[in-house]
Amino acid sequence: MGKSTFPGGIHTYDGKELTMDKPTTVLLPKGDLVFPMSQHIGAPAKPLVAKGDKVLVGQKIGDASAFISSNIISSVSGTVKAIEKRLTVSGNMLESIVIENDNEYQKVDGFGKEQDYKKLTKEEIRNLVKEAGIVGLGGAGFPTHVKLTPKDESKIDYVIVNAAECEPYLTSDYRMMIEEPDKIIGGLNIILRLFENAKGIIAVEDNKPEAIKKLKELTANETKIEVQELATKYPQGGERQLVYSTTGRKLNSKKLPADVGCIVDNVDTVIAIYMAVAKSTPLIRKIITVSGSAVKNPQNFNVAIGIDYSEILEAAGGFTDRPEKIISGGPMMGNAMYSCNVPVTKVSSALLGFLKDEAAVEESPCIRCGRCGLECPLQLMPFQLAAFSERSDEESFEKMGGLECCNCGCCSYTCPAKRNLTQSIVQTKNSILAKKRKA
Amino acid sequence: MSDLFHVSAAPHIRRPITTRNIMRDVTIALIPASLFGIFNFGLRALLVILVTIIACVATEYFYCKGMKKKVTTGDYSAVVTGLLLALNLPASLPLWMAVVGGVFAILIVKMLYGGLGQNFMNPALTARVFLHISFLARMANFTVEKISSPNVNDYLKNGAIAVDGVTGATPLAALKAGETVDLFKMFIGNTGGTIGETSALALLLGAGYLLCKKVISLRIPFTYILTLVIFVVIFGGQGFDIEFILGHILGGGLLLGAFFMATDYVTCPVSAKGQIVYGIFLGIMTGIFRVVGNGVEGVSYAILIGNMVMPLIDSATYPRPFGKERVQSEK
Repeated sequence: MGKSTFPGGIHTYDGKELTMDKPTTVLLPKGDLVFPMSQHIGAPAKPLVAKGDKVLVGQKIGDASAFISSNIISSVSGTVKAIEKRLTVSGNMLESIVIENDNEYQKVDGFGKEQDYKKLTKEEIRNLVKEAGIVGLGGAGFPTHVKLTPKDESKIDYVIVNAAECEPYLTSDYRMMIEEPDKIIGGLNIILRLFENAKGIIAVEDNKPEAIKKLKELTANETKIEVQELATKYPQGGERQLVYSTTGRKLNSKKLPADVGCIVDNVDTVIAIYMAVAKSTPLIRKIITVSGSAVKNPQNFNVAIGIDYSEILEAAGGFTDRPEKIISGGPMMGNAMYSCNVPVTKVSSALLGFLKDEAAVEESPCIRCGRCGLECPLQLMPFQLAAFSERSDEESFEKMGGLECCNCGCCSYTCPAKRNLTQSIVQTKNSILAKKRKA
Repeated sequence: MSDLFHVSAAPHIRRPITTRNIMRDVTIALIPASLFGIFNFGLRALLVILVTIIACVATEYFYCKGMKKKVTTGDYSAVVTGLLLALNLPASLPLWMAVVGGVFAILIVKMLYGGLGQNFMNPALTARVFLHISFLARMANFTVEKISSPNVNDYLKNGAIAVDGVTGATPLAALKAGETVDLFKMFIGNTGGTIGETSALALLLGAGYLLCKKVISLRIPFTYILTLVIFVVIFGGQGFDIEFILGHILGGGLLLGAFFMATDYVTCPVSAKGQIVYGIFLGIMTGIFRVVGNGVEGVSYAILIGNMVMPLIDSATYPRPFGKERVQSEK
């Protein structure tokens, strides 16, 4: 039988060969560091410092203000320059703490201390994850300590590490699998400590053979962990697709993986958990892939959270020629930006520059070819949903399952008429959800 | 060069396929049948093809201009409609009738309903049926005369010229009357009929091209032909007679209809299940028209009725969203 996979999906140009074999370089920040108070799903954090305060590496500068919220940790030592609204990756102006780096990297007490996680209680582990400010680092940014506290932890029988990295061009997760695989396994073991009935699965797409080999070697003697190879297809890394491919269980928009006995965490998040629990190191660093047709020296960088995107671009040699589009994230779900002067946050993953914008094509009428329906991983009919969306027919949209859409973008990618299906569907979906929240 | 970046919604990459590519592929797939039609019926067939295509493209162009809309002829869909319509006409059809057909297909069936993607019946097929109803005598006349030294007037007049005159009824009519038919001739195409429908070989070559390029799927043609075969075996009165069955498959507009008309995206169901239901429906309808009815034009009417029933089939067979299968059926 072939490798596990899910219905629908697309095969894009991989783009990973540009950066996958280059080692990750550590890049120190040169300018100020900017920390938006909202880098996660949930309520924004509340600033704990004021202008003029001195801060240390690893110090909590923003406090999680609600149950679903997360701490903001300083990645450098220095002085608080300002607390003001700053431009972020999504184009919003968000309240941010700006820190002037003193380049000394003085750390808080206890930073980096080694701990034996086996001696910690479950509550202590969860608290360490919370204090470290860890959120879903795959891009969603859901507070991890909340995810690790489901209603009934005894019902969890699978902890799945999402090492699919299905977005084209991105290789940050891959480089971590090659360079720091022991941390992945360490982190997974920590999570398994919280869920006694669970087995661990590290799910990797088969376009990463070297990483699979390394992980399999390291888990050869781990009885509770297995490495599962999945067929390479976008969006294999989507939560619903991943749970289905690894365990055969189906989710819909109203269910969480915990409802079918699964906990899914991105491989970067798992490493962050390891660092927080076993090495007393909170979330202050991210690996960023700089790639695309317009970048001179595509590669991965290990940077401090809060660094300006422009510094990373400079370190990659800048652009070869003026790109038509710059994207934060992957080309399927990332944000197009109009400026590189935005800070790296917990949920940043990549900076891509493209000389030509493939999406800058005029729309033509829908010919009902049905390719969008064939490739939608959630078995929807995007052309019909987009038609309802354009007519503002929210009732029919919801009846046809429009709220199930996961924003993956397969429909727009594949449409021969170049219709912006994803955009129409997401817009209407957000409008319906906003109305429901108000009600 | 502009100083500004493009900022648009995700996704930011696109597959290279375009509507125009698909139309081009369909046109290429129809070339074998067109070439054979010209070979079989003579240069007049080429004239009919060109005139019909020009009529279609011109109608779309002038409509867009007249309605002050963006000209859409660049997507080549009018070319495909014109070519398909021409292949459904006899080579001896008066040229003015071909023009009327082309104008009808584009203006009435396509543009007045909203243009590309909005027609509720197949334009080429509807125009064929329209011409059939309006000009039965000329549309059912598949006689091709033999004239030794043709001049321009001969080409333009009602008569048709070919190297070898072909007379008599079409093979399907002969089959219905209980006569034996030459299956090999039907396969190659040396028989009477409309320009594009005679050569099974040429049509299958074109269909094979479309299947390889994944422009069409085998679902509709296969279930259509299979259902018709089953119907003919049960109700045809000849039992399981291989020659009779093959005669039905190779005769009439079945192959042209099943592979090129029934698979038209705009007028066929979108889901896999829907397409199979549609294929079965078409097979049964064609069977009824051919066996119980008077035999000819069964495919055309079956497909048109199928087009009209299609929205019902579609809405009944939409796939359930992933993960919501049980919830939906509980409602």
